[in-house]
Amino acid sequence: MNWAGLYTVLSGVNRHSTAIGRIWLSVIFIFRIMVLVVAAESVWGDEKSAFTCNTQQPGCNSVCYDHFFPISHIRLWALQLILVTTPALLVAMHVAYQQHQEKKLLVLTGHADPKHMEEVKKHKMRIAGSLWWTYVCSVVFRLLFEAVFMYIFYMLYPGYQMMRLVKCEAYPCPNTVDCFISRPTEKTIFTVFMLVTSSVCIILNMAELVYLVVRACARRGQHHSNPSSGKSSFYGHKHSSEYNQNEINQLLTEQDGSLKDMLRRNSGLQEKGDRCSAC
Amino acid sequence: MDWGSLHSFLGGVNKHSTSIGKIWLTVLFIFRIMILVVAAEIVWGDEQYDFVCNTLQPGCKNVCYDHFFPISHIRLWALQLIFVSTPALLVAMHVAYRRHEKKRQFSKGDQKCEFKDMEEIRKQRFRIEGSLWWTYTSSIFFRLIFEAVFMYAFYFMYDGFRMPRLMKCNAWPCPNTVDCFVSRPTEKTVFTIFMIAVSSICILLNVAELCYLLTKFFLRRSKKAGNSKQQPNHENKEETKQNEMNELISDSCQNTVIGFSS
Repeated sequence: MNWAGLYTVLSGVNRHSTAIGRIWLSVIFIFRIMVLVVAAESVWGDEKSAFTCNTQQPGCNSVCYDHFFPISHIRLWALQLILVTTPALLVAMHVAYQQHQEKKLLVLTGHADPKHMEEVKKHKMRIAGSLWWTYVCSVVFRLLFEAVFMYIFYMLYPGYQMMRLVKCEAYPCPNTVDCFISRPTEKTIFTVFMLVTSSVCIILNMAELVYLVVRACARRGQHHSNPSSGKSSFYGHKHSSEYNQNEINQLLTEQDGSLKDMLRRNSGLQEKGDRCSAC
Repeated sequence: MDWGSLHSFLGGVNKHSTSIGKIWLTVLFIFRIMILVVAAEIVWGDEQYDFVCNTLQPGCKNVCYDHFFPISHIRLWALQLIFVSTPALLVAMHVAYRRHEKKRQFSKGDQKCEFKDMEEIRKQRFRIEGSLWWTYTSSIFFRLIFEAVFMYAFYFMYDGFRMPRLMKCNAWPCPNTVDCFVSRPTEKTVFTIFMIAVSSICILLNVAELCYLLTKFFLRRSKKAGNSKQQPNHENKEETKQNEMNELISDSCQNTVIGFSS
């Protein structure tokens, strides 16, 4: 399991994201993970072996390195990227759950032919109802993790700049000893680059959050001004002979937009109002 | 054979797991195996090379390293992850056995066999009940035991989870007590704590899954006891359908998360 494996897991989630979410995922994989693997890891590769202290005292080198670099930039970035990308799995789990519900419903209503089942797998879920909340939570968690790691970076390495020379006096170093860091300028450039892309990702996440909230409010406003297009009348007419009313109500609250779309497609009905969640 | 192959082995088991089992598998692969491969192995990469002792005595450094690190953290974690993920193969074997039985029934032309063709048998997802329930529960139980044993082994061998900077060693051939310095102790402590935390989360998920299975078992038993008092079949069919629809709302996530991307 490595970055390629993570890419496989997350690329499936992409389908149910908004357009901003897809841009965010591309930025993560191309400008952060790829840069980390292809460039940053080689820059930091010799960070310990080329960390040199002006002393012959055994152990002084190790101790000073440990004092100034409690956790390497590379590992911090790796942890950050893993934690920032995994909230998307919440959305994937929710989508999988909704698809399962739809499949079961099809089986119970006698529409369990392969064509309908394939359609359940292929059709794109609208980000509405409970899925909207899951999606918003995942974006909020992403933001939180990004912010926390940027803060940790700032705490551990104030100013984000890598010094050429650090002075160390931890035991067993005999006195204050000069220690020299390997490739400080290159490390500073990459640190600043990763910081900038992290900020870009934060901005994208905030934009996505605003977009989702605005869309939800707009949809609500539309719904209030046009109550006759309510779903209950459609279901009551079409399916009351097949289900108990209790089950219809329960299923309606679970399935909200996605099932409505699918059955409407099957019955050939058209409905005005926005359907595209990637718009 | 590497972590990728283990991933493909276990991806198939995922289909017959509960939703908590699927979450557990995701946590295992992303937060443990991936962290191990991508970060931890590099941190521990120079552990012996950069283990420095304040002496010129040949052999002293090797002996001291061996004394303080009988088995490296990385190897212990690798063993732990392998042991913890393999009980799932018990379930896979049981499912394969059931499928084989169904195929035999089908090819004999048995009337009781409900499947239309071989493809359906291959694709069918078995419910966790009957003997499969016992196999599944045993596999979770073994997982829990392995996790606990390895956490104890870690604690026992490394006296707590912290990596000290300095160790004092007086094993032969070191002349006297000699100072030895460990490479990257703080980073190692951070990752050790991280792996312990994720291991605890996995233990909690396993306990939750065990409770869920036991609850489902007792509920099913009480439902059966209630049903056996009632009568005729035509009423039961309608009720079964009703029950299934109610279960539709409360049943767990069936689709894989890992397989979802494909």
